[in-house]
Amino acid sequence: MESDDRKKKSFFSRLKNGLTRTRGNIADRVDELIRYYREIDDEFFDDLEETLIMGDVGVPTSEKIVSSIREKVEKEKIGDPSRIKDLLKDNITSILKRNTQPLTLPHPTVLLVVGVNGVGKTTTIGKLADRYRKEGKKVLVAAADTFRAAAGEQLEIWCQRAQVPIIRHEEGADPAAVIFDAIQSARSRGTDILLCDTAGRLHNKKNLMNELEKMNRVIDREFPEAHKEVLLVLDATTGQNAVSQASLFQEAVGINGIALTKLDGTAKGGVIIAVKSQLDIPVYYVGVGEQTEDLQPFVPEDFTEALFES
Amino acid sequence: MPFEGLAEKLQATFKKLTGKGKLNEKDVKSAMREVKLALLEADVNFLVVKDLIRKITDRAVGQEIMESLTPGHQVIKIVNEELTALMGGTQSKVVIASNPPTILMLVGLQGAGKTTHAGKLACYFRKQGKNPLLVACDIYRPAAIDQLKIVGEKVNTPVFERGSRNPVAIAKEALEYAKDHQYDMLLVDTAGRLHINEELMEELKSIRDGIHPHEILLVVDAMTGQDAVNVAQSFHEKLGIDGVILTKLDGDTRGGAALSVRAVTGKPIKFVGTGEKLEDLEVFHPDRMASRILGMGDVLTVIEKAQANMDSRKALEMEKKLRTRTFTLDDYLEQLEQVKGMGSMSDILSMIPGLNTKKLKGIQIDERQIPRTQAIIQSMTKKERNDPSLINASRRKRIAAGSGTRIQDVNQLLKSYEELKKMMKQLNGAKSKKGRLRLPF
Repeated sequence: MESDDRKKKSFFSRLKNGLTRTRGNIADRVDELIRYYREIDDEFFDDLEETLIMGDVGVPTSEKIVSSIREKVEKEKIGDPSRIKDLLKDNITSILKRNTQPLTLPHPTVLLVVGVNGVGKTTTIGKLADRYRKEGKKVLVAAADTFRAAAGEQLEIWCQRAQVPIIRHEEGADPAAVIFDAIQSARSRGTDILLCDTAGRLHNKKNLMNELEKMNRVIDREFPEAHKEVLLVLDATTGQNAVSQASLFQEAVGINGIALTKLDGTAKGGVIIAVKSQLDIPVYYVGVGEQTEDLQPFVPEDFTEALFES
Repeated sequence: MPFEGLAEKLQATFKKLTGKGKLNEKDVKSAMREVKLALLEADVNFLVVKDLIRKITDRAVGQEIMESLTPGHQVIKIVNEELTALMGGTQSKVVIASNPPTILMLVGLQGAGKTTHAGKLACYFRKQGKNPLLVACDIYRPAAIDQLKIVGEKVNTPVFERGSRNPVAIAKEALEYAKDHQYDMLLVDTAGRLHINEELMEELKSIRDGIHPHEILLVVDAMTGQDAVNVAQSFHEKLGIDGVILTKLDGDTRGGAALSVRAVTGKPIKFVGTGEKLEDLEVFHPDRMASRILGMGDVLTVIEKAQANMDSRKALEMEKKLRTRTFTLDDYLEQLEQVKGMGSMSDILSMIPGLNTKKLKGIQIDERQIPRTQAIIQSMTKKERNDPSLINASRRKRIAAGSGTRIQDVNQLLKSYEELKKMMKQLNGAKSKKGRLRLPF
């Protein structure tokens, strides 16, 4: 959809661009605080906490970050507000760096992609399919979102673009059956990576989560020799509900990693800090644009840097 | 959910307050911290929260504490009223054009649910006897047109599409088509886009200027965080929206975005999406949303019921009677009747957040007991009611027979009454710790 003559910017600058408004909200505000306050007092910490909350970091996590900074300030007798920025950066990076287990893709791997409605699961799979094929892997896609109207068609278009085969059933078919077929097909084709799209489901719907558990069981039972990864797609515009999403999906199927999408808007994606702080799940990918190459591996330092660089 | 206990937290904050007097600034301030946290956890935008807290504080300070409510409940009531007012107070409907077709245009970010809700609107208006036409102007997302076609088929509504031609031309053509074919409503689905994408926002503007929709509805995901403000503001600035559809409200999100969006645009939320099915579209109720954002279940209903039923003057009299130890079985009966007016006991208890079923088991409420108790008391003579110590074995037998109960039941009742009297002594002794009556259920 974007014009082809679009300037190819480095990923970092694009992420930074995407986060411009974020910086307007976190980094600039922190700078403002530093300029405004002569010394570090209670009010300064309150304002700092507010700044984080405005970035979707959430109340408990913001409190945690601020109190650990406060502790450090008191222990090291830091009086200069300008040092706060580095402390904050370090703190956020260290939260994001917690458990950064990389995604491993041995032959064969099943990647089950899950998430609530509208976060970008199908698009993410399209981008991943393209990425893995370009890396020289044999990719197969299973269209197990048999619920949403035209989800299969949408995925098929992505697969054509990425030039990878797709296994599809009709709308309304049992998604576990699609996965079953896809596994048989993957085995006979010698597929390296089987990407499974699933229907968006709100995490508090018990029956839909059961359906997901069933798909998960089918993979375990029918494809025991495969390495399995469950990827949760989170929308960066989501607020504190992302924490609930992550923990309930974790409970139902066990999440190996997260893909954080839609970072090219003004959304801060700050909730990922809350998710990381409360649940020990690595972030694999971040999506910063509509192009295939805009889905990139997550680098904690880059994320924080992009958040604070001015 | 972590903040289900807002009411409890507020109670704790107000513990030191007795049932009388006014709320002072200090009391309110500590309570406001809890309210603020609850709102922030619900993803209400920070600036909106700040503004609200200021308003609520102003209103709460100096308020007389009503006899029928605890101070905590009273603050919640004020918070709720402010939230409801901010969200528009009353329901707001889509205005049907006097000169059809009524044109509704859906805009929003990717993945908010525009296509699905175009279908839901078609279903909704069809039920109201309208004859809508869906228009597919999302030419970018792969298979978006197919999706709308399938959705349209499910709700029996034709879809106007011209493939991936210029969406402005498609919209204009659709309008002519609708006029020619007697469709009285045009539902225009547009492509999801980032509000900072100038090029695509311009396209939306051109569609708007091409067909002059009666209403532009912004579709917003209820799970949106602090950014909801930016999104709503830019769409509103560039297009001038007329209303909002809040989607995915069937999740466990508290939906604070609703408040943010309303606050920055001043435009009402007209519909909410509440499920996967195409019938799952409801008219928005500001008051329900308020309690949801506060994460309090239906506690407000309880508060209202308590307010309506527990006549504050009566409560005062009752308290006086307790203090002066003239609390008779007649008074006991009266109290039971007040509780009865509030609906079933377990209903009321289940609506109180923080009270889990485990705790309820310990309380053992038997609603059937209330009419029985009434019957027993009504089977007593006036004299007996005023002086229960008169009630000996033979009187008990008579009362049981008269009320159709067993002697044990009569004994049970007298015991409960004695317990209440004991409580009343404590009440007098400790200078009214809680300040209000607690029923011995």
